Amino acid sequence: MTKPNTELHNLTIAELHSGLQQKQFSSHELTEHFLQRIAQLDTELNCFISVDAERALMLADEADQRLANGDTADLLGIPIAQKDIFCTRGMRTSCGSKMLDNFIPPYDATVIARMQQAGAVMLGKTNMDEFAMGSSNETSYYGPVKNPWNTNTVPGGSSGGSAAAVAARLAPAATGTDTGGSIRQPAALCGITGLKPTYGRVSRYGMIAFASSLDQGGPMTRSAADAAVLLNTMVGHDPLDSTSAHAECPDFTKQLPKSIKGLRIGLPKEYFDQRLNTAMADKVHEALQQLTALGAELVDIELPNSALSVPAYYVIAPAEASSNLSRFDGVRYGYRCENPTDLEDMYTRTRSEGFGDEVKRRILVGAYALSAGYYDAYYRKAQQIRRLIKEDFVKAFEKVDVIAGPTSPSPAFALGAKQSDPVEMYLEDIYTIAVNLAGLPGMSIPAGFIDKMPVGLQLVGNYFDESTILNTAHQYQQVTDWHQRSPID
Amino acid sequence: MQWETVIGLEVHVQLATQSKIFSGSSTAFGAAPNTQANAVDMAMPGTLPVANEQAFHSAILFGLAIKADITRTSVFERKNYFYPDLPKGYQTTQLEKPIVGAGTIELIDGDNNIRNVRIHHAHLEEDAGKSLHEDFHGMTGIDLNRAGTPLIEIVTEPDMRSAAEAVACFKKIHAIVTYLGISDGDMSQGSLRCDANVSIRPVGSDTLGTRTETKNLNSFKFIEKAINVEVARQIDLLEDGKSITQETRLYDSEKNETRSMRSKEEANDYRYFPCPDLLPVVIAEETITALQNSMPELPDQKMLRFQNDYGLSAYDAGLLVEDRTVAEFFEAVAQQCQDPKLAANWVMGDLLAYLNKADLSIDQSPVDARALGHLITRIIDQTISGKIAKQVFEVMCGDGGTADEIIETQGLKQLSDSSAIEALIDQVIANSAPQVAQYRAAEPDKRKKLVGYFVGQVMKMSQGQANPGEVNRILAQKLNA
Repeated sequence: MTKPNTELHNLTIAELHSGLQQKQFSSHELTEHFLQRIAQLDTELNCFISVDAERALMLADEADQRLANGDTADLLGIPIAQKDIFCTRGMRTSCGSKMLDNFIPPYDATVIARMQQAGAVMLGKTNMDEFAMGSSNETSYYGPVKNPWNTNTVPGGSSGGSAAAVAARLAPAATGTDTGGSIRQPAALCGITGLKPTYGRVSRYGMIAFASSLDQGGPMTRSAADAAVLLNTMVGHDPLDSTSAHAECPDFTKQLPKSIKGLRIGLPKEYFDQRLNTAMADKVHEALQQLTALGAELVDIELPNSALSVPAYYVIAPAEASSNLSRFDGVRYGYRCENPTDLEDMYTRTRSEGFGDEVKRRILVGAYALSAGYYDAYYRKAQQIRRLIKEDFVKAFEKVDVIAGPTSPSPAFALGAKQSDPVEMYLEDIYTIAVNLAGLPGMSIPAGFIDKMPVGLQLVGNYFDESTILNTAHQYQQVTDWHQRSPID
Repeated sequence: MQWETVIGLEVHVQLATQSKIFSGSSTAFGAAPNTQANAVDMAMPGTLPVANEQAFHSAILFGLAIKADITRTSVFERKNYFYPDLPKGYQTTQLEKPIVGAGTIELIDGDNNIRNVRIHHAHLEEDAGKSLHEDFHGMTGIDLNRAGTPLIEIVTEPDMRSAAEAVACFKKIHAIVTYLGISDGDMSQGSLRCDANVSIRPVGSDTLGTRTETKNLNSFKFIEKAINVEVARQIDLLEDGKSITQETRLYDSEKNETRSMRSKEEANDYRYFPCPDLLPVVIAEETITALQNSMPELPDQKMLRFQNDYGLSAYDAGLLVEDRTVAEFFEAVAQQCQDPKLAANWVMGDLLAYLNKADLSIDQSPVDARALGHLITRIIDQTISGKIAKQVFEVMCGDGGTADEIIETQGLKQLSDSSAIEALIDQVIANSAPQVAQYRAAEPDKRKKLVGYFVGQVMKMSQGQANPGEVNRILAQKLNA
């Protein structure tokens, strides 16, 4: 047996794959290495809600067996952290909520099943904002995640645990979900690469729903190349999800090496107006300069309805959530209040005690937006705006191949700084939300630092064209090393 | 004051699909609680619905049968409310774009008069589970086997004017869905249920009165009774100068009364919105054409054909076609015995009377169509009389055996030998001098009545086996001689 390599946590997915194939290290050793890092570092960071070392090592042993048999599956033997929103058979899936603190699903989410088939070793379940509602990970029932770059700041949310875990090298890669920016914003704030695929690319089966028409799972990795490998495993039509697309799935690694000469990058003037702070604008422009140096052309575009995206989102997402979360009623699974006196009491106390404040706030807003007499003014109107926003993008993509801009308005903010002001918190997603409303693929890649905190560049692609943004990101990552910086030695 | 009753129905039909409307669970009735509920039916977190194509085909068939518009792009919506047997906290149903648009149901009476009941629309939706209050002291049991069973809800316009008409409409819907084979139509298992919207107004008025909705009526009898007591209640209220509250009511069959369940003010705000987990369902023209081509004969067509081909009255034909299995049974009997009228009388008379008494469906009849046809043939070929045939039929139902076997072993063959009958008649006449005298003294038009006595005596002596036609013919000869 070789001694576990202390540098194992710095290897890329491709390097891990080849190391495992060439028997330089076993999946067991690799998994143990990451479990040790988690044991060592996660007490402070709080990236994981559940880690089942025994199960992880068992999966690693199975992977080693497959390796011994000559299996070359893409993720074979590679440890992956899964966001605790994906149902895992036999392992608690809490969705960051007291409501599901005792919930052990009898089934795997399709994403989990596909990863397992590809040989991935599930390290554990990562922390998240409760039911994915939040942009700072502070709404989790399991306490906030700390940003590994500065533990006094937030990692972003809702996939904050996954982002921080990848940034701190507690896992080579992780999954996230993105309803309004929940992959991209924490990726930006933690200095990693996060991709939200086109709506319908990745099956939502077994992914606990927040807002069904917006939710999409995706990879959270250190590089675009790693993201492409994970994406290959995650995508594809799923007969269990009627909204999953029948679109053809290319090998997303294929287009990575392509030159981006002649690539047309659209800059929406609405994303670069006076509201964007100068330091942030500078970082984005630096990144754009590097892309032009690689041969890309910059094109000014307009997304005239983008100012309406936050208000439209905060009608549609809570409306769907208010209905999606009705199933948490204490009847069949999950939390139930003590000694209910009658049905009404059981419903009221179960939901009052089981949900946190932000979840309750959104259920109330959503129920209001759908209620008789308000439906037309809120829900229907928001859907009309959604169509306009989508048309803006469709029009823009007639002129450009990629749209670029900031991922978030600023780098990570201090823990607690925005907790008392929901609207301020909602504006964290001002640049990411429109992409969900339109159903487009978007990603965030590390683009430098402001005051030692990472910032992200957002790249938005056309429908089902993840390849082009991955290609752009990969080429950028060939000439920059922001994505290789580590917060922890 | 004279009052007019105005009734509209909402009929729920459970579709006979193999699996549920949004999951792969079986829809079979009667399994142990919660054994036919998978993760989707239990609304486990993260699970998603997938629409059942067969349910759509069933709904479209119904739409085509009532000559309705088929919605080319229909949409599922969520109807949100909390109830323990509603696992998701919403029912997936259709509201703005139901699969079946406006259509018509024709009610044809015994004189071939047609009355149209307009159908507002019919939509697909999922059934809820069941709450079981009896078996658990101080608690409620939840059985989710039924949750997700596909339903079509058929909503009529307020076009019915009496409880009898409402029942006729419900029966016609029952007939259509069972003819189409899209539902088993078994009301004892809840496969068909209806809510009745009832209001009254002064005769001649053209504005609608305030209506009440009486929920969950699951038999022809209860629909009729519930509507009648509700109409009587409304008339009493209005004639006492009181007003009617718009509300949902429940029918108590034991007390034969309706009771308030909730008023309009207490009604839920269901917060309908399009279900984001299900894409709009687009129906291809070819699907509609294929379903149209697969359409079986419908009750109205069969009724017409029975009148034309078999010479049945509209009334008889109407009764026979009410239940597809009865109609098919009748047709098989008629073809076997070649006498449709006699076949109709036997099916609607002795057979159904026996089955009703024994609480059997026609599929469970101990005498099949062939055997009954054969029995009737023995009447036609004068082997036995109609009266003996009833006796034979009872044996067939009770002990089994064919008509011929029973006739043979019990010696029931009709006595048609005229010399033997003549000998019996001579004996009767010899023993009935006073009656013969009375007969011969009577006016010719009174004699018909008096001849019955002699017939009775002859039949008694022959133990019912004498051919009645022969008996009458020879008696007439002898008495009038």
